[in-house]
Parts: sequence; structure tokens; C-alpha cells
Amino acid sequence: MTTPVVKGASFVITHTPSLVRYGSKPTREINKNKENIEHIQKGLRSFHDAVAYLPNQVFIGNERPDSLKTYERPWTNTHLSNANRFSQSGEITPEVEFYGWLKIADEFQLISLDENFLTNDVKPMLAQHPLIKESDLASLGDGVAHSQIKEKLENSSALPLYVQEDGTEKLIGLVEDGHDEDHVLSAHTMLENLSNKASGIIAMRHALQSFKVCPEDVGYVLGCDEEAVGDRYQRGGGNMAKAIASHTDCTNASGSDIKSFCCAPAHAVAIASSFVKSGFSKEVLIVGGGSLAKLGMKFAGNLAKDMPIIEDQMGAIAILVGQDDGESPKIRTDAFGKHDISAGSSTQAIYQALVSQPLQQLNKKITDIDKYAVEMHNPDVTEPNGNGNVPKGNYRIIGAMAALKGEIDKKDVPFFEDKYGMLGFSPTQGHIASAIPFLGHARDMIMNGEINNAMFIGKGSLFLGKMTTLSDGMSFLIEKNEGGHDDDGS
Amino acid sequence: MLAGKKVFILGERDGVPAPAIEECLKNLDTQIIYKDTACFV
Repeated sequence: MTTPVVKGASFVITHTPSLVRYGSKPTREINKNKENIEHIQKGLRSFHDAVAYLPNQVFIGNERPDSLKTYERPWTNTHLSNANRFSQSGEITPEVEFYGWLKIADEFQLISLDENFLTNDVKPMLAQHPLIKESDLASLGDGVAHSQIKEKLENSSALPLYVQEDGTEKLIGLVEDGHDEDHVLSAHTMLENLSNKASGIIAMRHALQSFKVCPEDVGYVLGCDEEAVGDRYQRGGGNMAKAIASHTDCTNASGSDIKSFCCAPAHAVAIASSFVKSGFSKEVLIVGGGSLAKLGMKFAGNLAKDMPIIEDQMGAIAILVGQDDGESPKIRTDAFGKHDISAGSSTQAIYQALVSQPLQQLNKKITDIDKYAVEMHNPDVTEPNGNGNVPKGNYRIIGAMAALKGEIDKKDVPFFEDKYGMLGFSPTQGHIASAIPFLGHARDMIMNGEINNAMFIGKGSLFLGKMTTLSDGMSFLIEKNEGGHDDDGS
Repeated sequence: MLAGKKVFILGERDGVPAPAIEECLKNLDTQIIYKDTACFV
């Protein structure tokens, strides 16, 4: 059996300020008071501001998480002058391009874009994009007349699509229902699902282009998002993974989706590792597209503090897990942490299951791990809304456990985050923020010799679905690859 | 302090979840009339 390794990880942000109005919270607040659309409009950022925002540069990999310590918060007050929209393996996508990707993802002609917008804006921009193929440009079609868009919006339940132009919204298209009587295929749900798919395609293509993996060797793709793709008879039927992979060169792959709320990516890493180790698939590609529903989730907090709305963007990830190449960090398949049904729901029980137990199996102490990645939500989003600093709270618990075990002094618990953790920088997009945002950095830092290992701890709020009061969690550990193949010692 | 009281439990996933608070109240003479765990992210 071969040891599974992390061959690469890509991180993408799609900046879509005009879609904030279709996030769950903004939709509800606009329905209560139509004036809220104007408040939201005034709080939206330009693409330039989104690119120059430090946490976004950390997310796509251009800056290390430690750089966050060097700037005062809120980080919205800092504008990086040398910020690049592309990184070595990811990007920040502007809204105009995103509409093009949305159309490319749309195989059932549910998206209609204005012919002038398509010809003058979308196509010229996408033609310059390094991941776009001729067939993508052809699939964009010719667009439709503006009058047709207006007519359809007046006579159907289609949703209008806009772009930001000079501080106002400009109508550039629409999305239609996928079925006349099926609310699971409503225009709004189709927009959610297609946004997830489109952002997932960008992330997956980046991963396949940036790392040493042959797409034809990818035998399986695993989805780890939180969308319920399906129709009225099988809501949540799924396989977004295969839908996304059909837009890449992974022609020999099948796939399926892993569902466990936010911690699905950590489950997916465990399952991908098993597929590789068993020989079932040489390479496995994990993908998680963005969540439109979470756009503007905490917009009121940002506006109340005179900050821009930071949740004007979706995140997307793609992770390559493959056979040992002698250099990529190894995944310790003998030390996955899982939150068992019998473990209980106390915080201590959860961290016992996810951190202490797997480390005990390896005879390691908490302080033997160089970096822990927890729920990496950006505090610029959560704190103004009164939701606290999520990563800080999580690090305090791990630090307290280290103190209880006598590994660190009690007075050093507040400093655990600084030494063994990092500040939060991820878009608040559920599965996207759950430990995974550090994976690309960890891979680089381990391969550069900056750290030897890192542990990833994801948590999932199962109780939100009202099927159980249980929560969930999953953790995994990666470590330096000392070279040599197939030692079966992982 | 809580003896004979009706209790309304609101927990938080990244803080103290509701079942953990419920566990603490088990041996007290209280009536839990509602419990919920919030996830703010």
C-alpha cells in the first residue's frame, strides 16, 4: 500500500458584490424592508479593494497567515499596494468574469446574458484568462437582446442579474427556473447551485494546472460543499463533484459528494486518503465550491461599524491527494480524529476526540504539533456582528487542554494561538473556512522546512438540519515527507 | 439558584454547546423547557 500525500491545494475567491442581494440573510432583510437594498449597495467593495484586502491575499496564498499580525484590525483599513489577483495556484475572480464562468457551468441554458455585456465585457476578459479554453468561449454563445431580458423578467419568475457600474447596478442578464412547479429547481436555487459549480470549476482547474498531477490519473473526485443539488424527488441527490469535473480533463474520474456540514472537507481528506492507500485511485481530487447563500450573512455588523461588506465574495477550494511522490507532505492515516456518537457534545469531549486521541495514538504531545488549523473565520466579519473571534476561541480550548496535561504553563494559554495557531482569514463560507484554508500554506511550509507538521480540525453543526442534536468533527495530520516510497509507515 | 426553575438553554458551537449545559443541570431540580445550539458561522 502507498502512503497518501497532499500533492497540491488551490484556493479561489470569486468577488460577486451584485449577488450579495441573493444571499439568504440579505434576501430576508430586503423582503422586510426594501430600503435595505440601498444600504447594502452603499457597503459593497470594488474589485480592487477586494484584491488589496490582506486576508484575501492570505487565502489565495500570496501572503502567509503570519503577515496578518503585522497590521492592525480591522484589516479593511489596510490596502496592499502590490496585491495580485492571481497566486501560484489560485486567484480572486472579478464579477464580470464570474458571470462568464457561470454561463460556462450552465448546461441547461438557464442563464441568459446581455449580448453587449457578453461581447464587450465578458468575452474579452475571459479570453485573457490562463484557464479558459476555446471551447469555453464557444459555450458562452452570443447572448440575448436587452429587450428580451426585460420582457422575460416581466413575464416570468426569473431572477435579474446585475453588475456594479459607477456605484449603481446595471442589468446584464437573468437566471430562469429549472422547472415550472419544482421549488427545488427555482431560479434562486439554480443560481446557488450554478455559483457553487462555477467557482468549483475555477478551483479545480487551478489545482490541475498548478501541481504535478496528470488529470487522466485522477480516478475519483469528492465534493465537500453544502449545496443540496437535486429535484423535488431527490433534493440533495448530489454529485456536484462529477458535474464540476466534467469541465476539466479528468476524463477517467467518477465521483460523489461527502456531506457533513462544515467539516465535510476533513472527512473528504480521510476518504481520499483511503482511496489512494488502497490503490482504488492513484489520484483523488477534492473540490468545494462557494456558498451563495452565505453572501452578506453578517452584512449588518459590517455596516453598523462603518465597514464595507466583506461577505461580498465566495470561496472555493480544490485539494489533490495522491500516491507518495517522495516530497509532498504525508497524511497520517493512522491518526485521523473523529467525533464519535458516544463522545458527547461538551467542548472538552470534542477536542479529546479530535486532538488528544489521535495524538495519543502517535505518542505525541499537543506541543509536538507545529501548527493547528481550526475554524479559520475572518474576525473582521464575525466580531462586528457580535459573534466573537472564532479561531481565537478554538485555540484557547486547545491551549487549555495542553495546560491541563502539563505541556504548557497555565499563564501561556492566551499565547497558544500565537505560537501554534494563526489569525482567521477565511471567507465565512462554512466548509471553506473549516481548517482547510491553511492546507496550501502548510504544504509549502513543510516542504520549505519552516514547520514539520500541521493538524487540521474541522467542526460541523449537524444540529442545524434538525435531524439530531449532535455535532460533528473530523481532524487529520500531515507531516514532512522524508523521501522514500511505500514505507507503509503513515 | 436554579432549583424549581424552568430553564431555557442557548448554547453555541464554538463556545459551550447546549447539550453540555444540559448535562451540568441534570442533577438539579430544574425543568428544561427549551434548548438549542447556535452556529454563528
